[in-house]
Amino acid sequence: MDPSNAPSASIVACPNGPLLVRGDFELVTGTGEEIPRMRKTIALCRCGASTIKPFCDGTHKLTKFSTEGPSTIQEA
Amino acid sequence: MRNPALLDSRGPVSAALFAVLEEAPGGGSDQGEAFLSQVANAVEDVSDILIDEDLQLTLTTLYGLHYGEIGDWDPRWEWQPETIRARLRIEEAFEAALRERIPVLDLPQPEAETVATKLFHLTAEDSGPSLSKYLAREATDTQAVEFIIHKSIYTLKEADPHSWAIPRLRGRAKAALVEIQADEYGGGRPEHVHATIFAGTMRAMGLSDQYAYYLNNVPAVTLAAFNMMSMFGLNRRLRGAIVGHLAAFEMTSSIPNRFYGNGFRRLGYDEKVTWYFDEHVEADAVHEQIAGRDLAGSLAEDEPELFPDIIFGAQACLYLDGLTGSHMLTAWNSGTSSLRHPLDPVDPFRDLSESRITHGSK
Repeated sequence: MDPSNAPSASIVACPNGPLLVRGDFELVTGTGEEIPRMRKTIALCRCGASTIKPFCDGTHKLTKFSTEGPSTIQEA
Repeated sequence: MRNPALLDSRGPVSAALFAVLEEAPGGGSDQGEAFLSQVANAVEDVSDILIDEDLQLTLTTLYGLHYGEIGDWDPRWEWQPETIRARLRIEEAFEAALRERIPVLDLPQPEAETVATKLFHLTAEDSGPSLSKYLAREATDTQAVEFIIHKSIYTLKEADPHSWAIPRLRGRAKAALVEIQADEYGGGRPEHVHATIFAGTMRAMGLSDQYAYYLNNVPAVTLAAFNMMSMFGLNRRLRGAIVGHLAAFEMTSSIPNRFYGNGFRRLGYDEKVTWYFDEHVEADAVHEQIAGRDLAGSLAEDEPELFPDIIFGAQACLYLDGLTGSHMLTAWNSGTSSLRHPLDPVDPFRDLSESRITHGSK
């Protein structure tokens, strides 16, 4: 890839885990305020069970969160 | 002052090493030969090297010549034939003992995602004793202090044993290890270096944050866990094992650290003590993803012959964590100290803000 065309940020959808975000990006609240970041590369919760949302805390491993197969949401 | 920590020897080998280190290196003295024959005898006769006080203290001291901060000996001892030969002889027996106990597993294809999945499964299956749950719910203040003392042997040097592997890796695996280590070392902010945050935890608990201050208090099994990391990191041929070790370490960190933080809050400690644990809840949920896929996974793809050692290193991490955890829980459940020498009783009125060295080392 030509370095000048490199995307400014990349998101890895980790199987059965968080969204790993690297690069140049802003993390803000719904009203646009900056959410403090402790580190360059962050993991965002996508299982909904983290105690430190929007960041991942590894709880998906306890809840057996799965990103494989069809959605488990049942039709009403 | 040659030996600022005033280390106690724990048998003939460590006593001979301390005698050697008091001399000027390069002389090829009788003391050096006597030390090497003590090493040879002890390695021959040892019943369980993982809990052998004399040999594990000797190894910790020999690695300390590379890390610094254990004794104020002539720094040229780091690369002398006597110290290196002794290290290699003890490492040979130590590695053999680990390989004998750790089962060899059937491995999947060395593809990054499969390797990460295998490591996540392995670490999830780990049914070791739950030290973190005990800390969260039951530990007394004295036990919490002991836990910190055990932890300090590695954590005041957190990340350093794995950093030895950086120049021993290439390409994707190297980039992934550096990405993790940069975060461990504070991402450019000295006050955020994880070892420095942990030193703050110790000071806020009224403990000394001087490296090796409590070395005399800590038993062989705790030293073995740190020595194993140093052995994996300092031997290029074991780079697969140090990578696997880091992956397993990160994968078994964020959830336990949440429990540890809750335990210290339950005991009344504030954020000066708990910052370290809270920081690791978030940090290691990032690191475990990088370590599984980009570090261990890439290394297995790029150097497939190292894949068995990646898994061995991960298993060895879980095994030693289990041994040290069992050691502490067994001692505490029988109402005794988990240290070789208990610390002075904790002063309930100790200053939890800035006080230093209120727990004496015996």
